[in-house]
Amino acid sequence: MSYADIIQILDSSIRLGTPLLLACLAGLYSERSGVFDIGLEGKMLVAAFFSAAVAAITGSVWIGLLAGVAASVVFAMIHGLASITFRGDQLISGVAINFLAAGMTVLIAQDWFSQGSRTPSLSGDARFSSIDLPFADALSGVPILGPLYSEALSGHTILVYVALLAVPATWYVLFRTRFGLRLRAVGENPGAVDTAGISVTRLRYSAVLICGILCGLAGAYLSTGLAAGFTKDMTAGRGFIALAALIFAKWRPWYALFACLLFGLLQAISNRYSTLDLGIFEIPNAFVLALPYILTVVILAGFVGRAIPPRAGGEPYVKER
Amino acid sequence: MTAPAIELKGISKSFGPVHANKDIDLRVMPGTIHGIIGENGAGKSTLMSILYGFYKADRGQIYIRGDKTEIADSQAAIRAGIGMVFQHFKLVQNFTVLENIVLGAEEGAFLRQSLARARTLLKELSEEYELHVDPDAKIEDLGVGMQQRVEILKALYRRAEILILDEPTGVLTPSEADHLFRILEGLKREGKTVILITHKLREIMEVTDTISVMRRGEMTATVNTADTSPEELAELMVGRKVLLRVDKTPSKPGEVVADVKNLRVVDSDKVERLRGISLQVRRGEILGIAGVAGNGQSELLQVLGGMQDATGEVRINGEPIDLTGTKSDARTRRARGIGHVPEDRHHEGLILNFHAWENVAFGYHHAPEYNSGPLMDNRAIRQDAEAKIAKFDVRPANCWLEAKSFSGGNQQKIVIARELEREPDLLLVGQPTRGVDIGAIEFIHEQIVALRDQGKAVLLVSVELDEIMSLSDRIAVMFDGRIMGERLPSETNERELGLLMAGITDTDREHSVAEIEANLAHVAGKVV
Amino acid sequence: MDKLPKWVDVALIPLINLALALIVSGFVVALIGEDPFNALSVMVRGAVGSTYGWGYTLFYATNFIFTGLAVAIAFHARLFNIGGEGQAQLGALGVALVCLALPWPHWIIALPFAILGGALFGAAWAAIPAYLQAKRGSHIVITTIMFNFIASALLVYLLVGILKVPGSMAPETARFPEGAHLPSARDVLAVIGIPFARTPLNVAFLVALVCAWGVWMLLWRSRLGYEIRAFGQSEPAARYAGISPLKITMITMLISGALAGLMAINAVMGEQQRLIQDNVLGAGFVGIAVALMGRSHPVGVLLAAILFGALYQGGAELEFETSVPREMVVVIQALVILFTGALDGMIRRPLESLFARRKRSTSGVPAE
Repeated sequence: MSYADIIQILDSSIRLGTPLLLACLAGLYSERSGVFDIGLEGKMLVAAFFSAAVAAITGSVWIGLLAGVAASVVFAMIHGLASITFRGDQLISGVAINFLAAGMTVLIAQDWFSQGSRTPSLSGDARFSSIDLPFADALSGVPILGPLYSEALSGHTILVYVALLAVPATWYVLFRTRFGLRLRAVGENPGAVDTAGISVTRLRYSAVLICGILCGLAGAYLSTGLAAGFTKDMTAGRGFIALAALIFAKWRPWYALFACLLFGLLQAISNRYSTLDLGIFEIPNAFVLALPYILTVVILAGFVGRAIPPRAGGEPYVKER
Repeated sequence: MTAPAIELKGISKSFGPVHANKDIDLRVMPGTIHGIIGENGAGKSTLMSILYGFYKADRGQIYIRGDKTEIADSQAAIRAGIGMVFQHFKLVQNFTVLENIVLGAEEGAFLRQSLARARTLLKELSEEYELHVDPDAKIEDLGVGMQQRVEILKALYRRAEILILDEPTGVLTPSEADHLFRILEGLKREGKTVILITHKLREIMEVTDTISVMRRGEMTATVNTADTSPEELAELMVGRKVLLRVDKTPSKPGEVVADVKNLRVVDSDKVERLRGISLQVRRGEILGIAGVAGNGQSELLQVLGGMQDATGEVRINGEPIDLTGTKSDARTRRARGIGHVPEDRHHEGLILNFHAWENVAFGYHHAPEYNSGPLMDNRAIRQDAEAKIAKFDVRPANCWLEAKSFSGGNQQKIVIARELEREPDLLLVGQPTRGVDIGAIEFIHEQIVALRDQGKAVLLVSVELDEIMSLSDRIAVMFDGRIMGERLPSETNERELGLLMAGITDTDREHSVAEIEANLAHVAGKVV
Repeated sequence: MDKLPKWVDVALIPLINLALALIVSGFVVALIGEDPFNALSVMVRGAVGSTYGWGYTLFYATNFIFTGLAVAIAFHARLFNIGGEGQAQLGALGVALVCLALPWPHWIIALPFAILGGALFGAAWAAIPAYLQAKRGSHIVITTIMFNFIASALLVYLLVGILKVPGSMAPETARFPEGAHLPSARDVLAVIGIPFARTPLNVAFLVALVCAWGVWMLLWRSRLGYEIRAFGQSEPAARYAGISPLKITMITMLISGALAGLMAINAVMGEQQRLIQDNVLGAGFVGIAVALMGRSHPVGVLLAAILFGALYQGGAELEFETSVPREMVVVIQALVILFTGALDGMIRRPLESLFARRKRSTSGVPAE
């Protein structure tokens, strides 16, 4: 494996890690507020469809992006309605959202485009184009670090950089602002927030809203950045890998970045090599693909650093008498 | 004449068919400590929840310092200068003291200035009211007494003029409670108004200026503390003379049934909950375990009842029992003649969604008379349930009702019937009369004494000192996972027991008070 | 206090929720330019209008009875087994290995072994999440989701490797021997002279009915069922009664996994006759909808499974006759889960206050 190969793998790790990261941060906001979300997959999927579909129709990726985010937010609000307003089961609501997205996207795709549940291929302004970071060309000659910067880090679409910037932003919001303090509090002890005169409902809805927006970006990136159009079930379990990454990251933003890049790397490796020959034995591709799930189970089992979710997570808030 | 700090006129509130508050009038003058006393379920907490904006009253008006005030939510209550210290603290466990105090009262969108300003103000408040607490400590590392101070500081930080405390001493040792009362006196001196909600007669007599009594959702009387007596209050609370003493003959202890040596329990957080308990319970006697909640009594019951593993040695009728492993479970304990009336009947003693008859078999569902072949004999269970319900006068006498449909007293009767009718050699009883109406209390006490008189051994755990004093033949006091001493009820008094409950023995008297208090705070952090 | 009469809880609320799901689905159909009433009649006719329709409906229903029972029994222990999909995949592997292991002389001999294989493999796949939940407190929802993905990766690996027929390109096993073919409804009914269309409906349907009866006996007539239900209501109470949380969690999940695994008797042994990658086709997830709809009661599960079987078969006809893709069924399924599972409070709470008001006006006497 040459250095150029490594650079290429890192480049695709970042590309493949981006939708994971956006969805993972989405889940982070929601779950930190005490609303579990196994519907990340569905929200990504519906956003992927609407951004590709609207981009195809209007020819503008930006309008597509807005449509995708809006669709994801609508689904997020359904989840909010079920889990916050009607105090339903958050896990079941998430399951429903995933199915709703899987069915609706195919239904509408067929109705709008009649191309076998896909959107037309996107090109030109209907896709996100890559951005070269400053000095990417100039620095490409620098040994080792040069290619790393100009080829792996530079040349991605805007959403990749948005995702990367969302990490420090999320950290700042969570730990340095009033909103973050309240958000963390409501996921740990909503009673404390309520008696302090803050609306638990409004706080949780805002978290779910942010979750919807970020899932929207993740989905839009999938169909208009990573791929050139929507295909049926194109999220392919990414929402669940993002969920796995969130647990892996113990609900912390910086850890989330590393977890998502790691899982992105695993995907990149499995895309590139059908088997991984380690000399002594071969690792089958299927194992590399399953590795994020296996790692998450190991983490959940608590053998390596226990993952403790927000204390009030999954419980609808009911005022005590 | 100054306007009352709070005045309520005709407050009513019902939940479905239940009238929690009926036409309540209340006046509390500024700069006083006002007590509200009543039994569990008398409607005290509902009233306070209305004052704090948790519930909206169906009818009635609230006047704060003479102005008619609508309290639609907690925010409005805080604006009106009302602060509330709940029975179960509303603190975020993994936040610092400072973060908890700032939460909801931040200045601006960014935390840095808010926290800095709060730190200064907190220091001032701490000094003014002698409420010292480390602003950077995490709540989960603090003892209950300290956590309560944080709650009071939270209210003061929000400039509360009226402070409501709901059952504040339930989790405190007597000395921690005394400290709290000093703090309340201090608040009163500064002109704040304090409302103290409790069901404990002694403390309300000690600190309040005026007292209101609630019974069944109604305000039955308001009196000056100086003009009343505990007896009068008790009568007002329950509506008739209370018989606090239990009629029983002196015990005639026989041979040892339960012999417990050096029992130790370490919980999942590696905290030692039982630190070498040794005790004996004999035939024909009731051993009462006194102590503030959370000092290891629950663990003692759970270990003996087979709900928790432990180390040490326990012999029942001379034969050792397993304390770990598959033979340490509750089923094996029952087979060895241990009955158990658990502390928490809602989550342990009963399955609330099961029918009464299903609950009568609970824990004994393997018994041969309840089974035929591989299947359960539901008809046999129902017949047995009907007999027990009749014998223990459970009302309504319908074994098809779900357990949750019965009142607290009748639920407890189902549990008592199930456990006592098996005539266990050793009966474990935890908080037998918690949330039980007066009539049922007498019945339950009689049943426990009757079992003793049959020559069975009874281990009684209760946080109600009165219950321990009147029911026990011998009293052991637990503190911090240890037994501090044993006394005979005839040779001790509540004061002596109270000191033991606070972990102070005769030899400790030489230690300074400060040292003991530090010890208490340290210990409380671990046990709660 | 009981707020609602029993019939409201077990019949009225599920029916209202189902009606809501169907109404919203009708809007969706209208939005994509079809007549919802026509769509409905196509679906009903397709599902139950002929022995052909009934055959497919009950064939699908058989899958859903297995997976629905799997989810339902776990619900009783307050465990959300979302891993029916993976457990069914592993069950399929078990069934396939049994069927391929010997040149079975007759299906009646092969069936018990296949049942054993499917149940064992399905149970094994549920065992690890169950153990981690019981011993380490790892959230079973998340671990079973992860195990679904691991299962499908495992199957891919096996089907492109060891289990593939040498020389074949298709990632699937060899066909099962003739003696491992389950007789279809057509064959069975022909014996007693009833004509029935050629459909994949087979004797596994009867196995499913036996399982439903078995689950009912287990839950309400056996000590184990009593313990499962008690544990599901309150874990401290279970410990108080000498019921081991570890044991109940493990046993319940093993039974749940086994039931999910048994689905392969119908899908793999009854129809596909070989192991392919997509042998479950989402039936594991449909089980969630079925269990919710059926209120976790075997009879309810049975009825809900037949309803969903009809939806699946009707959906296929819908795609055939109109421009509505069969994914319409996925939408209906999602809406059923949403309304019965997550938005239950939307209907329940107004009904509760309605009945509370009625009760008060009839009794007139306030309690206390």
